[in-house]
Amino acid sequence: MDKMPGWADAVLVPLISLVLAAILSALVILGIGEDPIAAVKLMVSGALGSTYGWGYTLYYATNFMFTGLGFAVAFRAAMFNIGGEGQAMLGGLGVAIVCLVIPWPHWTLALLGAMAAGMLFGALWAAIPAYLQARRGSHIVITTIMFNLIGAAVLNYMLVNVMRPKGSMDPATRRFDETTNLPTFQDMFSTADAVVFRGAPANVTFFIAILACVLVWLLIWRTRLGYEIRAFGHSETGALYAGISPFKIIMIAMLISGGLSGLMAINNVMGEAERLVLNATEGAGFIGIAVALMGRNHPFGVFVAAILFGFLYQGGAELALWTNIPRELIVVIQALVILFTGALDNMVRMPLERIFLRLRKGTS
Amino acid sequence: MADQAPAIELRGISKAFGPVQANKDISISVMPGTIHGIIGENGAGKSTLMSILYGFYKADAGEIFINGQKTDIPDSQAAIAAGIGMVFQHFKLVQNFTVLENIILGVEDGGLLKPSLAKARKTLLELEKEYGLNVDPDAVIEDIGVGKQQRVEILKALYRQAEILILDEPTGVLTPAEADQLFRILHRLKDEGKTIILITHKLREIMDATDTVSVMRRGEMTATVKTSETNPENLAELMVGRKVLLQIDKAAAKPGETVLDIENLHVVDQAGVERVKGISLNVRAGEIVGVAGVAGNGQSELMEVLGGMRPGTGSIRLKGQPLPLSGLGSDGQARRQQGIAHVPEDRQREGLIMDFHAWENVAFGYHHNPEYQRNRLLMDNAALRADTERKIEKFDVRPANGWLTAKNFSGGNQQKIVVAREIESEPELLLIGQPTRGVDVGAIEFIHRQIVALRDAGKAVLLVSVELDEILSLSDRIAVMFDGHIMGARLPSETDEKELGLLMAGMNGEAA
Amino acid sequence: MDFLTLIQILDSTVRLATPLLLACLAGLYSERAGIFDIGLEGKMLAAAFFSAAIAALTGNVWLGLLAGIVASMLLSGLHGLASITFRGNQLISGVAINFLASGMTVLIAQDWFSQGGRTPSLSGGARFNPITLPFAEVVEDVPILGAIYSELISGHSILVYLAAASVPLTWWVLYRTRFGLRLRAVGEAPEAVDTAGVSVVGLRFAAVAICGILCGIAGAYLSTALQAGFVKEMTAGRGFIALAALIFAKWRPWHAMWACLLFGFLQAVALRYQNIDLGGLVIPVQVMDALPYILTVVILAGFVGKAIPPRAGGEPYVKER
Repeated sequence: MDKMPGWADAVLVPLISLVLAAILSALVILGIGEDPIAAVKLMVSGALGSTYGWGYTLYYATNFMFTGLGFAVAFRAAMFNIGGEGQAMLGGLGVAIVCLVIPWPHWTLALLGAMAAGMLFGALWAAIPAYLQARRGSHIVITTIMFNLIGAAVLNYMLVNVMRPKGSMDPATRRFDETTNLPTFQDMFSTADAVVFRGAPANVTFFIAILACVLVWLLIWRTRLGYEIRAFGHSETGALYAGISPFKIIMIAMLISGGLSGLMAINNVMGEAERLVLNATEGAGFIGIAVALMGRNHPFGVFVAAILFGFLYQGGAELALWTNIPRELIVVIQALVILFTGALDNMVRMPLERIFLRLRKGTS
Repeated sequence: MADQAPAIELRGISKAFGPVQANKDISISVMPGTIHGIIGENGAGKSTLMSILYGFYKADAGEIFINGQKTDIPDSQAAIAAGIGMVFQHFKLVQNFTVLENIILGVEDGGLLKPSLAKARKTLLELEKEYGLNVDPDAVIEDIGVGKQQRVEILKALYRQAEILILDEPTGVLTPAEADQLFRILHRLKDEGKTIILITHKLREIMDATDTVSVMRRGEMTATVKTSETNPENLAELMVGRKVLLQIDKAAAKPGETVLDIENLHVVDQAGVERVKGISLNVRAGEIVGVAGVAGNGQSELMEVLGGMRPGTGSIRLKGQPLPLSGLGSDGQARRQQGIAHVPEDRQREGLIMDFHAWENVAFGYHHNPEYQRNRLLMDNAALRADTERKIEKFDVRPANGWLTAKNFSGGNQQKIVVAREIESEPELLLIGQPTRGVDVGAIEFIHRQIVALRDAGKAVLLVSVELDEILSLSDRIAVMFDGHIMGARLPSETDEKELGLLMAGMNGEAA
Repeated sequence: MDFLTLIQILDSTVRLATPLLLACLAGLYSERAGIFDIGLEGKMLAAAFFSAAIAALTGNVWLGLLAGIVASMLLSGLHGLASITFRGNQLISGVAINFLASGMTVLIAQDWFSQGGRTPSLSGGARFNPITLPFAEVVEDVPILGAIYSELISGHSILVYLAAASVPLTWWVLYRTRFGLRLRAVGEAPEAVDTAGVSVVGLRFAAVAICGILCGIAGAYLSTALQAGFVKEMTAGRGFIALAALIFAKWRPWHAMWACLLFGFLQAVALRYQNIDLGGLVIPVQVMDALPYILTVVILAGFVGKAIPPRAGGEPYVKER
């Protein structure tokens, strides 16, 4: 029996969980001797108070949309893909390779090539853990965590030993050619008299991220494959009954998941840095987990949650700049969101269910 | 003899879960040294009552008296201290512990294991001798059979000095022979002065084994009678509140050509144990073949192979065409495309996705059907929803709301959704397992009628059920499975429960 | 390679295996009771910080150890709350705890010490110093056995010997005590424990508490014995390697010891040799860095035998109605 209407479960529970996470974060800020109200004010003005701020907020949100979608798709197949960070790293490698090696005549073509490469590399990095789970029952959480760590070693090797330009001490590639540079919001929305989003990294890939949200929604709720993924995610024995192949679903869901995280690279590697550096992902793969959980693993929830976390990220950067609060505060907030929306959700759900039950009793 | 206090007495026990009144003012009195039966349908409130007696739930109102003393049972420890021992339907044993370890769990004598085990071993062997319950103390639970595991459960209770033994549906997993053995043990316990409460839905057991019986219906105790003063028909009527048709009216079968032909089927499970040991069987158009047997004798595996859920070896032909038993083309999708529909034994874990809407469940297994697609890429959910409305109306599913998720329907209505989906796919062969498990009586009649209608339309039906009444009532031909073999085939008119029971226990059969 | 080098590598192995072993045993108690714990990493990290911080502030490493244990137990209490009381997803809880520790340790370190997220270096009474076992100097020159005793066995900090002693102790607790029987039962069939009148919740919280204590010691060891202070992310994946060792060991104490020694050995080799020159082929340092993780995946792929976890692991216990 459903104890609570669907909207309450989808919106109210995560909202309250978020409020709890926010309250605890405020306590943490107090604990390190800073003022939470002032901190929030600074975050809001820094992240949302100017087009510059928005440019950064939306840039980060784009990253998180990709990794959030990645986690969400796998989650629908009951797979906890913690490997988004590694898959995004490998996606970066793929994007870098096509941008460096192929002489693109125009950025639109380069973008298409980079998207293909990013998705391919990301998917490949998810393929081995997926195969091991599907064929040998190896727990995907642990294998994907391992692959994050192995991926970092791979990127390290590639950047230090292979792709670093001769004579440079920096573990990074050279800058990509200008023909691969993507138009930023500044390029797209400024006019001769009014320059907006000055210097901010938000770029055209933001719209690709939005498109990805829509396509994922269509895939999961409107196609046969999506139906099978959801059914399998709910019940493996049911899937066998209906003739849905567990192996096929695990592999496809994980490949799509890895591909989405890998796609993130068109934003940070190609759109912003315009070269590949060590730790280009900066934890976006992990924030994607928080974003997906908060967004209830639904593309529209992911969209909203990604923007929220983009705000937190940019706000956190401003805080680190102007106060004594290190960037790690964002890691703590991210942890609290994951904790409340992912593990402690019954702490919110159970009392809510009791309230709804009492309301129902009262009206019947 | 002076007035003896009842061993256990309940007065006015009531318990509600939210709006559902699971137990309403229940009063029972059981004299020591007797076997008292409690009978009722699924959902009548028996399990709740037992949970209260064992301290899992606290009653909202009412009192419990043990040997005339008012007793509070706030938790299992209190129940054990009060001398209540419970043998659950699903055993509460640690599979990879030994018998001895399972018995002392929770009543170990002191912090160190070795001395506790030594002491317990002595006591256990004495108990075994006294009550004739033979089990090897060092056997590991997962290696001994179900009948022996049940003995371990009884020994657990006796070890804790239970005077009152409650058994919940004890014969569900036993062969008739093992069940007889159990009742012999219960009688011996009764003779030694123990009090036994037997919870069951099987009328036969009540009649055979109990001294007194209480009937529960919809949370209330509708009657308490001496077993010798009643009969199955009376009890059934008390159980459902109206005269129950224990037989279904159906015309004689008119079987046509062979639809399903199974030859020398072998099935080995994931643990490497052979579950189906070479059976041959056929089902013709326009007939219902019923496979009887105690759960766990290979019938589930048989259905699963036919339904494409697990591989097997041997030969299966559908209307003459061989069906692959493993590898490509042996999955549930392929089976459906060939015209085999499947109402599975476990509707909640297999036949439905509990969190899907009813309209989503209607496509389950049929989600590739052209009529549910809008184009090559997208499904046509509107068409699916319209089809669901039709099915809901035709099969009288309640509440008539296709947007409800499956878990919001009662067991009977969930089953109707599954049956509707499978029958409406117009299969050549319908596989149907435990069709009325956990289904209320009204829905049972409906579903039985649907099955017979399908058969009258010239389709083939293979029915698997642990309920002999259902088998006898529906089948045109009966096959009995025991230990992975077909022990014999009979016509319902030429056999009875006793003979079938013997076959189910592995006797008098020609292994086929 | 000569004998002395071998001894030195083995010596290093023991020192590197110790935190793995402690964390592995921590996970053993928890998982045997049915609570999956992938938050070993976070607990160790939190303990590493707090023990180093308190040791730095008080100059007393024992107070530091205590602080580390308390920190780890707070996090394991959180995990218990989420997993047991609120029946939440144990894997997500573990992931969240790892991030929480990762962020909070830097935040607090910056607040207390303003050194960019680390503690000041520890020395003297704020560290666990090596203990020379009796006669170690005397037998030093005895060939082979002397070197083994004085280099390999003697000269470790007390926590190493504690960790070694924990292995037979854990075996004894699990298989020879009432508590151990009940603990193992609750991870396999909590319903059997519940109907026997023993508290499933109590047992599981006890297991989680023991896990917290052992992770606390593991973390404290890292920052006050193996190294001299806390730095950001100093656990460097050890919690996950410990988890892999646990699976490799099929959740058994003595096997866990061997598994951790193996992984310790790999780390020791990687530390010493950086790029390994095998004549024609040079193995880059990144391979050695990644080798424990690769090996973990190989183990999980089941190429070294099937690992069957406790039957009721990872599932919250809900009374059947």
